[in-house]
Amino acid sequence: MEITKHEVEKVAKLARLELTESEKAAFAKQLGQILTHVETLKQYDTTGVEPTATVLGQVNVFRPDIARTSLSVERAVANAPESADGFFVVPKIIEDRER
Amino acid sequence: MSIHKLSLYELHEKFTAGEVTAVEIVRAYGLRIGQVEPKVKAYVTQVKDAAVAQATALDNALKGWRKTLPMMGMPLAIKDNICTEGVPTTCASRMLGNFVPPYDATVIAKLRAQGYLLLGKTNLDEFAMGSSTENSAIGPSRNPWNLQCVPGGSSGGSAAAVAADECAAALGSDTGGSIRQPAAFCGVVGLKPTYGRVSRYGLIAFASSLDQIGPITKDVRDAAFLLGAIAGHDPLDSTSTDVPVPDYMKALKRKDLKKLKVGVPVEFFAEGLDPEVEQAVRAAIQELKALGGEIKEIQLPRTDAAVAVYYVIATAEASSNLARYDGVKFGLRAKETKDLLELYMKTRQEGFGPEVKRRIMLGTYVLSAGYYDAYYGKAQAVRTLIRQDFEAAFQDVDLIVTPVTPTPAFKFGAKSDDPLQMYLSDIFTISANLAGVPAISLPCGFSQAGLPIGLQLIGRPFEEETLLRAAYAYEQNTQWRTKKPAVR
Repeated sequence: MEITKHEVEKVAKLARLELTESEKAAFAKQLGQILTHVETLKQYDTTGVEPTATVLGQVNVFRPDIARTSLSVERAVANAPESADGFFVVPKIIEDRER
Repeated sequence: MSIHKLSLYELHEKFTAGEVTAVEIVRAYGLRIGQVEPKVKAYVTQVKDAAVAQATALDNALKGWRKTLPMMGMPLAIKDNICTEGVPTTCASRMLGNFVPPYDATVIAKLRAQGYLLLGKTNLDEFAMGSSTENSAIGPSRNPWNLQCVPGGSSGGSAAAVAADECAAALGSDTGGSIRQPAAFCGVVGLKPTYGRVSRYGLIAFASSLDQIGPITKDVRDAAFLLGAIAGHDPLDSTSTDVPVPDYMKALKRKDLKKLKVGVPVEFFAEGLDPEVEQAVRAAIQELKALGGEIKEIQLPRTDAAVAVYYVIATAEASSNLARYDGVKFGLRAKETKDLLELYMKTRQEGFGPEVKRRIMLGTYVLSAGYYDAYYGKAQAVRTLIRQDFEAAFQDVDLIVTPVTPTPAFKFGAKSDDPLQMYLSDIFTISANLAGVPAISLPCGFSQAGLPIGLQLIGRPFEEETLLRAAYAYEQNTQWRTKKPAVR
């Protein structure tokens, strides 16, 4: 199965991955090989077969809606690359409106 | 007495009897690690000073009386994708190079409550994606039996540390064989519990419907002992199952396989299986028969589909789980980016290694519009067929015996240029994850070149006791466990 460079670029954008030219070329070839192998699944008739969502019949689990202590703000942001006053800092998202 | 040569359970008995102190244990392992670690490179992080402090506190607290909590004073190594509060947990990735978890995984909280001693965090393929530790961002670990060979993966550091006596036992995680394959390559015991038997809370997620934490140990008794210490329902993991935890040590009392039916799936002895591995596994099957097991040929007809199903489902789940690494809440952040999108794109470009990127790409592709039904939906349906194969087989037999790997440990670089070949080498271990059933890997011989060969036993859900009983009977009637690597 062929995967084009264009498809690799499209998927990379969906995955939020910047790739180098050599990575794009390598992934086009390798994904093609792996997906060719995956295509062998076509030989299995799955008409009417329920897809596996959970493996051993797990069911939804609920707990009482009771407040309990959780991580403090300081500890929650301790691993952040950048934080201020207990908030995560990111580049500006909304552009300034031109006046 | 060489402390590092004792099994976990032997050490527990000596500690409980007051014949050895926690400080003596930590010092003995410190010495051993100092001798062999430069060759084996099993650890990502060592916490020697903290371990000595912990041991000292434990000895002082215990003065004059002995307590028998199972893991008290036991020096363990933990795979570096299991969160340890205050101790870096990197997944062997640049992305988490500076990550210090603010909480313990449930398995760690359980061990800590019992007074275990953390020796360090062990190496793995980045985010547990790989079969050799060659995908670790800090470089590979080496196989103690032959330093030119891989220790297997992804829990290669844990298996190498156990084999080289750099810890009394270790924890690994197994998504498609990541406990059992390195255990086989390093000549130790590795147990992947039933999905839901051990809490995944605090295990950094790779593929959530497949991941399980389990023990890697020097012998079968240790696996039973350590599994008992970490198993059980956990409200913090909604996929952990509320089934009582039996006393796994009791399962070892019957040293035979009487009244057990053992299935040998023909599909696992097909072409591609190394003749030395086949010979060792077939000899082991004869031994299981001599121990009273009734051997039956069985079929698992969809075995051929397992690798393809796995690499769709595991990568799809990974692409979703790894979306959290965005340079905002923790981990690496790319510098000098102009907007949020570029921050995401560049952070992930810099933080992830090639295998992780490849799997994120594959997972994103199979989940993307237009391909979802053909790949992901199809794989989920064939997964059902694979589960049904196991359900049908377990109507007839109590456990299934197979090789763990098609070959013994391979040399560095042998497969790293060909991802598909590397994936195909997971063929014998993947099915147990897809079906959610427990499986154990234990030594059953050596190749001419002196590399260990592993035997896999697969059981019904939540019947780890049957696996342990059969594995222990086999181990006690063979001599493989007495052979130790020279580490040179």
